[in-house]
Amino acid sequence: MLRTPLYDRHVAMGGRMVEFAGWELPVQYPAGPTAEHHAVRTAAGLFDIDHMGQFELRGPDADLFLQLIQVWDIEKMAPYEAHYSLLLYDDGTVVDDIFLYRLPERWFIAVNAGNRQKDLAWLQANTLGFDVSLIDVSDDVCMLALQGPKAETILQRLTTTDLSQIATRTSAEVELAGISALIGRTGYTGEDGFELYLPATAAIDFWDKLLATGKDDGLLACGLAARDSLRFEACMPLYGHEIDAQTSPLEARLGWTISWDKNFFGREALLKVKMEKPPRLLIGFEMLEKAVAREHYAIAINGQVVGHVTSGMKSPTLDKFLGLGYVPAATSAIGTEIEILVRGQPKKAKIVKRPFYQSRYK
Amino acid sequence: MANYKIDNNVKYAKTHEWVRIEDGIAIVGVSDAAQDMLSDVVFVELPAIGATVQAGEPAATVESVKAAEEVIAPISGTVVEINEALIDAPELVNERPYEAWFFKVQPDDALDKELANLMDAAAYAEFASSGE
Repeated sequence: MLRTPLYDRHVAMGGRMVEFAGWELPVQYPAGPTAEHHAVRTAAGLFDIDHMGQFELRGPDADLFLQLIQVWDIEKMAPYEAHYSLLLYDDGTVVDDIFLYRLPERWFIAVNAGNRQKDLAWLQANTLGFDVSLIDVSDDVCMLALQGPKAETILQRLTTTDLSQIATRTSAEVELAGISALIGRTGYTGEDGFELYLPATAAIDFWDKLLATGKDDGLLACGLAARDSLRFEACMPLYGHEIDAQTSPLEARLGWTISWDKNFFGREALLKVKMEKPPRLLIGFEMLEKAVAREHYAIAINGQVVGHVTSGMKSPTLDKFLGLGYVPAATSAIGTEIEILVRGQPKKAKIVKRPFYQSRYK
Repeated sequence: MANYKIDNNVKYAKTHEWVRIEDGIAIVGVSDAAQDMLSDVVFVELPAIGATVQAGEPAATVESVKAAEEVIAPISGTVVEINEALIDAPELVNERPYEAWFFKVQPDDALDKELANLMDAAAYAEFASSGE
């Protein structure tokens, strides 16, 4: 398993190390996933997300190439703006979900850990004919996330840049505790916060400083379990669950990312799906009988299995048993009663509105 | 992973349940090691009153943030009481594992034999800290 620069720190802090996408990461620390989750919603949490991949795209054809290979309209993006997007296969299914940063002279692209090699190869293969250079800078960059209503206050103590001037989904090149860093007001929790990109060599010292700075505000180090429960409540997709190489963005309710006015990989196939309407749709559900719906559990309607759960848990903030999953489009209306097969037993649930938790951004 | 809390007044199964006998009734819960390995407990499914439980067989389920785990009955008998408090506050299993009993059993006549198969506090302390 691979280790981030902070591995020893996690172990020293009592982190419970598990395997994730080939990396050895803390699933939780002694406080526990529930406490870590609540810390992010009420104060702040710090995540080591350095397992994720980061690429730099440069060259005269960079914008041209990027506009073609992902779904968002990057021509609308101002310098330092950041945005969520998707890479699609020719058949309209998802290669990966990514985050783009328009920086001076280059694009910075953040990708999922589990897809890093796949994305790099897929992008490289598609650069043929474009005057661009695509470099995997993951090993040189350490990526952290500081999320929560107190994130700005805490981070402000480590920089002279006025963070209140950095709007949601914009980035800036700043000095944090004297270290040159790229920060984006972005995240995967539904709270205000920042994702930080630092030189890998500065990771440990910065981690320690940030935790110390935020200690009295209630800043907690958070593991993978909290990361999952936070994004789940905000109904953000997780690759391999709500989206994968067999899923189209339309059935995953990500149609809002698609810029139909331009050409992009997968456009033709996706347009067909759009015209014919996706046969299944991602829905959110609430258990009517107490039970934990987990990934892969079958969803049934009137005793007939019609779909499956993609993510499910007891929501710490909402204090309810919730889940996400796919059902036939014809039976996806809010209020529809469904059953989740929990270890062979049907448990009643109903389809509810998403997101479960409304994101709070600045 | 060592230094789990041990209650000296109960006996333990290899599957990390504890049992103590009070006025002839067996009271069953899960150990500190169990709750630590489970992580945050979010839901507990208890047997029905009157249900028969069999030593070595699943009698209840505990669902945590991590996974669903079976609670294996350490002794056989009939369920006479269940701990409703765990239904509303499953986190008690994490907070006070030796107080957060799951169910009480009227043992059948295999009790002495079944108790002899369980570990005492000292043996369990060693077993638990050796990493399962």
